[in-house]
Amino acid sequence: MFSYIIRRLVVAVPTLLILIIISFVLMFAAPGGPFTSERALPDAVMANVMERYGLDQPYWKQMFDYVTNIVLHFDFGPSFQYRDRTVNDVIAQGFPVTLTYGFWSFVVAIVVGVSLGVAAAIRHNTWLDYLAVGISIGAQVLPNFVMAPILLLVFTLWLGWLPGGGWNGGQWNYVIMPVIALSTSYMASIARITRSSMLEVLNSGFIRTARAKGLPTSRIIIRHALKPAMLPVLSYLGPAFVAMITGSVVVDVYFSTGGIGQFFVNSAFNRDYSVIMGITILVGALTILFNLLVDIAYAWIDPKIRY
Amino acid sequence: MTIKTALMAGTATALIALAGQAMADAHAVHPVTGQALASEQVFTYRVLDDFPSIDPQLIQDVSGSEVARDLFEGLMNEDAEGNVIPGVATGFEVSDDGLVYTFTLRDTAKWSNGDPVTAGDFVYGIRRAADPATASEYAWFLEVAGILNASAVTAGEMPLEELGVRAIDDMTLEITIDAPRPYFPQTSTFPTLFPAHQATIEAFGDNWTDPENIVSNGAYTLSEYTPQEKLVRVRNPMYWNNDATIIDEVTALIINDENAALTRYLAGELNMTDIPAGQYPRLKEEYPEQAISFPNSCSYYYMFNMSDSGPEALADVRVRQALSLAVDRDIIVENVLAGGQRAAYTFTHWAIPGWEVPDIPMANMTQAERNAMAVELLAEAGYGADNPLSFEIVYNTSDSHAAIAVAVSQMWKQTLGVEATLANQEWATFLDTRGEQNYEVARGGWCADYAEPSTYLDLFTTTSSYNDGKYSNAEVDALMQEAKLASDPLPLYQRVEEIAAADAAIIPIYHYASVRMMSENLENWPTENLLQNWYSRDLYISASE
Repeated sequence: MFSYIIRRLVVAVPTLLILIIISFVLMFAAPGGPFTSERALPDAVMANVMERYGLDQPYWKQMFDYVTNIVLHFDFGPSFQYRDRTVNDVIAQGFPVTLTYGFWSFVVAIVVGVSLGVAAAIRHNTWLDYLAVGISIGAQVLPNFVMAPILLLVFTLWLGWLPGGGWNGGQWNYVIMPVIALSTSYMASIARITRSSMLEVLNSGFIRTARAKGLPTSRIIIRHALKPAMLPVLSYLGPAFVAMITGSVVVDVYFSTGGIGQFFVNSAFNRDYSVIMGITILVGALTILFNLLVDIAYAWIDPKIRY
Repeated sequence: MTIKTALMAGTATALIALAGQAMADAHAVHPVTGQALASEQVFTYRVLDDFPSIDPQLIQDVSGSEVARDLFEGLMNEDAEGNVIPGVATGFEVSDDGLVYTFTLRDTAKWSNGDPVTAGDFVYGIRRAADPATASEYAWFLEVAGILNASAVTAGEMPLEELGVRAIDDMTLEITIDAPRPYFPQTSTFPTLFPAHQATIEAFGDNWTDPENIVSNGAYTLSEYTPQEKLVRVRNPMYWNNDATIIDEVTALIINDENAALTRYLAGELNMTDIPAGQYPRLKEEYPEQAISFPNSCSYYYMFNMSDSGPEALADVRVRQALSLAVDRDIIVENVLAGGQRAAYTFTHWAIPGWEVPDIPMANMTQAERNAMAVELLAEAGYGADNPLSFEIVYNTSDSHAAIAVAVSQMWKQTLGVEATLANQEWATFLDTRGEQNYEVARGGWCADYAEPSTYLDLFTTTSSYNDGKYSNAEVDALMQEAKLASDPLPLYQRVEEIAAADAAIIPIYHYASVRMMSENLENWPTENLLQNWYSRDLYISASE
């Protein structure tokens, strides 16, 4: 097991490097640059700016310097768009925000999603099942860019219960709407996966045995059925967790949370090369990490799996 | 004193203080308008996007400049109509040849840390903007202002000391420009030319604009800045004219989505926000006092690729004329935009002070006459049913640009049988396409840098780096050159517009308007200031009746 983890971590390094190279190539292949503007800059001005950011160097040199700075100094460079900030500043400010609402969205999505899925499976083909399936399909088809403005209309304009946006250091009433908007579709997916996997487990032999032994239903569900039923959910959770904690541009745009999703999308539009790279590497590293954690958890849940 | 009397005395003092406060609130009125003031003087407005920088010498966008005008103060300011009025300088003198400006600074001006604002601070700030080491993208603005040797200094060909700015003494600043430019004093209201506090910048480097580090000389200081969320500024007690400031706190909320911003405005979280395209008529009906529209100095136009890479047909003035004539501006302004914009037949925004729109034949025709003429011209040029024309219109991705492109392509098709396909591109790609003349017809929008026609008309000159259509007319170039030194350039500018219209250099479509929701009790908004250079210290919140 231990050697497996080490092996996976070692493989992560070339994976990240390939990610960096591909991102660099795509980034420089995109037309325009960070200093393209409606008013073409005078040559002298452009030369100064390019020199300041090292963009006058050959591509290979830029990439080499970039990787060297990360490895040696953990320095992701200055932002090209936000002149007063570095990429480290941008991530340090935006990532905690995203992490907070992403984490709570994850908790809400799991708790509500798993409960709905389990309830639907146990009361298969009853009104409860239909209700749960109805809710999850509804939540799945309602995209968050529709959900967010509706939440805003209802809770801010009509009821006046919640502030319409901002983050305010993560005060609870600012976090609620982002969490609802972000968690719904994940919650729906989790509910559907849980329901079908639970149904399968409930029909399997060992559950029948447990029932035959006369165990109470609640005990069968919690002690015996839930754990194996969670396996497919788990493989979904790894990437879902990374997606949630690295933010949603929709949430950031509608609720002005200042999270990282917005920076990521804007950096692509602004050709803010260093921010694009910084966040790409962050997301890439987190994806690798959480996929590894999921695999470890697999082995823990399912004794049949050996590494 | 016993405890009881002490308590009583204390209570009495508190009561008196409270009463005094209440009296002050009840009687506080605006010194000029006499309107009662609200007890809470807080102004909150929406900005579309985060500020790329709030460092005056690096700022290159409108919303960053708004922040800078509150935090800092330049030599001159603008009043509600856009006239240049004293700022840190009490006034200036111009040499007879119009090249040397001598500004006298007020001795009461202070930085937020108490240091006096000196001529040296302006020299430092302006040199900093030109300095190649600063690598300011807005260094070119010093060339617009005409400061002597600006481009050579920025190119690193001359030392900073050669820049045309020097301190004669602490209170006297001398700026030398390269040619007489009547609009020069107005450029000093622009952040690029603001003073800078050298000690702070040297101590904190790129982090000097952080709230805990920044030292500024304006009516406000920066109290909080959370990127992508909000920027808060509060009164600067050191500001020389602090007594005249009324608004205590100003907050810019960064809200990317304009509909979300509108919802938050309606929920009372904002005093001001933009109205999304097309919603003005509805909001005006529902909130007649709050939905407002006033001119905004930008012009919307379509450009033709007249370079060698452009289609042959567009080199023919008759084709360009026909395409321009067939665009029914009234439909675009009244039905597509519906926000108080004005139809344009010339480039310069109609509301530029001192500007008189010349008589352009097309402007006085009915659309039916224009269409008839367009059909005739196109046939003359040899295009029609047997030899149909087709173009691609390129625009940057946006709902309203798309709506206009659809309308224009319909008009061309119905009137002229011209097939126009639409292509939208994301901003940076679009600029690249346009700048490299990889297009046929492209959307353009141009906003004034200063309130004078040349800010627009320079785009018609052959050498302008913003002339993406590669229009070239020797007479226009000569006229624009002549206008630089003319005592009354207006007729020259009018002639340029006439030539550009006759050549159909571009298709002017409309002149912009600012279309906003503004709280009824937000007073003194300078709607007459065409460049929308506003200062929070001129605003106030009136008490609701």
